[in-house]
Amino acid sequence: MSELTITALRFGFLLLLWVLIFSIVSAMRRDLMIGRKAATGAPTAREVRKHPELAPPTPAPKQQARQLVVVEGPLKGTTVQLAASPILLGRAQEATLVLEDDYASGRHARLFPQGSRWFIEDLGSTNGTYLADQQLTRALPVELGVPVRIGKTVIELRP
Amino acid sequence: MIKADTAPKPRRNVELALLVLALAVGIGASAMVDLNSETPFDSDFWFQSILLAVAAFAFHVVLRIRAKYADPVILPIVVALNGLGLALIHRMDGPGDDTGNNQLRWTLIAVAVAITAIWFLKDHRILRRFTFISLAASALLLVLPLVPGISAGEVLGASVWIRLGPMTFQPGEIAKITLAIFFAGYLSSNRDLILLAGRKIGPLQFPRFKDMGPMITAWLVSIGVLVFQRDLGSSVLFFGLFIVMIYVATSRISWVVIGLALILGGGFVASRIFSHVGFRLDSWWNAFTPEVYDRFPGGSRQIVQGLFGMADGGLVGTGLGQGRPDLVPFANSDMIIALIGEELGLIGLFAVVLLYLLLFTRGFRAALGTRDAFGKLLACGLSFAIALQCFVVIGGVTRLIPLTGLTTPFLAAGGSSLLANWIIVGLLLMISHTARSPIDTTPMTDASSEAVKQP
Repeated sequence: MSELTITALRFGFLLLLWVLIFSIVSAMRRDLMIGRKAATGAPTAREVRKHPELAPPTPAPKQQARQLVVVEGPLKGTTVQLAASPILLGRAQEATLVLEDDYASGRHARLFPQGSRWFIEDLGSTNGTYLADQQLTRALPVELGVPVRIGKTVIELRP
Repeated sequence: MIKADTAPKPRRNVELALLVLALAVGIGASAMVDLNSETPFDSDFWFQSILLAVAAFAFHVVLRIRAKYADPVILPIVVALNGLGLALIHRMDGPGDDTGNNQLRWTLIAVAVAITAIWFLKDHRILRRFTFISLAASALLLVLPLVPGISAGEVLGASVWIRLGPMTFQPGEIAKITLAIFFAGYLSSNRDLILLAGRKIGPLQFPRFKDMGPMITAWLVSIGVLVFQRDLGSSVLFFGLFIVMIYVATSRISWVVIGLALILGGGFVASRIFSHVGFRLDSWWNAFTPEVYDRFPGGSRQIVQGLFGMADGGLVGTGLGQGRPDLVPFANSDMIIALIGEELGLIGLFAVVLLYLLLFTRGFRAALGTRDAFGKLLACGLSFAIALQCFVVIGGVTRLIPLTGLTTPFLAAGGSSLLANWIIVGLLLMISHTARSPIDTTPMTDASSEAVKQP
């Protein structure tokens, strides 16, 4: 085989390597979005001045959560007073709120205070924990009145 | 408000297209090597190419059936690296050498094991039940090479091999997976304890002494590996794995500070006490001194020849099969990065490093996406193990850090490493499948109980 063909093949192979890399990167591009909503186009300060209705609603003064209420499920109506310590939710006997729910895991989720807010975190449960229809992937803050679902049980924080 | 379309899609067809490209790289490399050999395109070439393609497509089909939503780029990256490795090892084989075919056999075994793992395990969360069994298994695997009878004795200054019939095996490679499973299981259930208790000194919060238990264990394991098996690379790998996993679990920088202090202290003492560690440091620092170059054992000949090879390769390389990598000792295992630098040049070497980087980012993407703490920690730990291995090997070959005997994942000759890394890939694919599959958010009713598992 001639010198020229060999050289062409040599460069061709390097090119092929980089074609592979660029195809992988372009295949990944779409993936960078998964798991979060791409919210673009929040109104700028100038747009708000021109159209006051675009302004985000001013948040109401924060109220502290004082109790946890079970609003649905076998334990409906149960309330737990919130102190400063974390709360373990699950079927296990050591849980703070022992859920009698076939769809809850032993150590299902954990509710813990940080700053002035309460956060909920899934502890690797089988059926997952849902905060307002979103399955938890990490600890998230729980606002007052937002339903947290564990199996058939739904709990809420109340002032 | 613009919403991007983020509905989960299986994306298996993308994987198939990328897989064809990856096989083109692997088989193309083999073909280039063959063109420059005495017997171009003999039966070995066809045998190797067809078996590699069959293994890759079999894996792809299994993913279609069992893990439909798994990450579409992990498998092509790994197949490309493995194919390139096969070609390069085949290229280094002299007449009568069997390293290339041996690597091919191990590739097939490793792919088969990874497929079996995906087929039967289905969900990585099951592994959490084996937290302490994995600790016991790791201890057993690490002790095996020291047990008389199955130990293959001291090979090249390190006793890390065991003999299994006609084959030798490095159990430490599997131990990095079992250790990652143990750390992930332990840290995901005991994180609160480690996180909340402790004393604050300046900006750092230090853990309580009794929570340091696992840290001390990990340190002792790495020191034990260093002292009894004389294996610096694995020792660094195990300890780095632990520091990263505990840092990811607690996000406390104090662990990294303590860990680095322990490893620097341990390393300093080791370099004073053990001659092999001291030699490593000396041949890194004074590589070009003639006395160090010619010293045997523990000289810097290997590093320096590797550097000369890479310099010879320059930007575009000498072309596959046209360099002189036979001048570098262990060009097909420890120094395979130098071989790539010589024959594919800087452009080719960067492509390989980028492939590793992409693999690592996909592992971390799976960790970010998955919903259980155990899976997150496991994916972080496993992908970090691959990244740390790459750093230690490539850094060693390019004389950034002292050269230690770790294998380049998927490229270097060595069956145990190949097997362990393919199992890691299988686990990462499983985790990415759970991370990317769609979630059912409707409330549970008794009627839907067939769809959900009762714990």
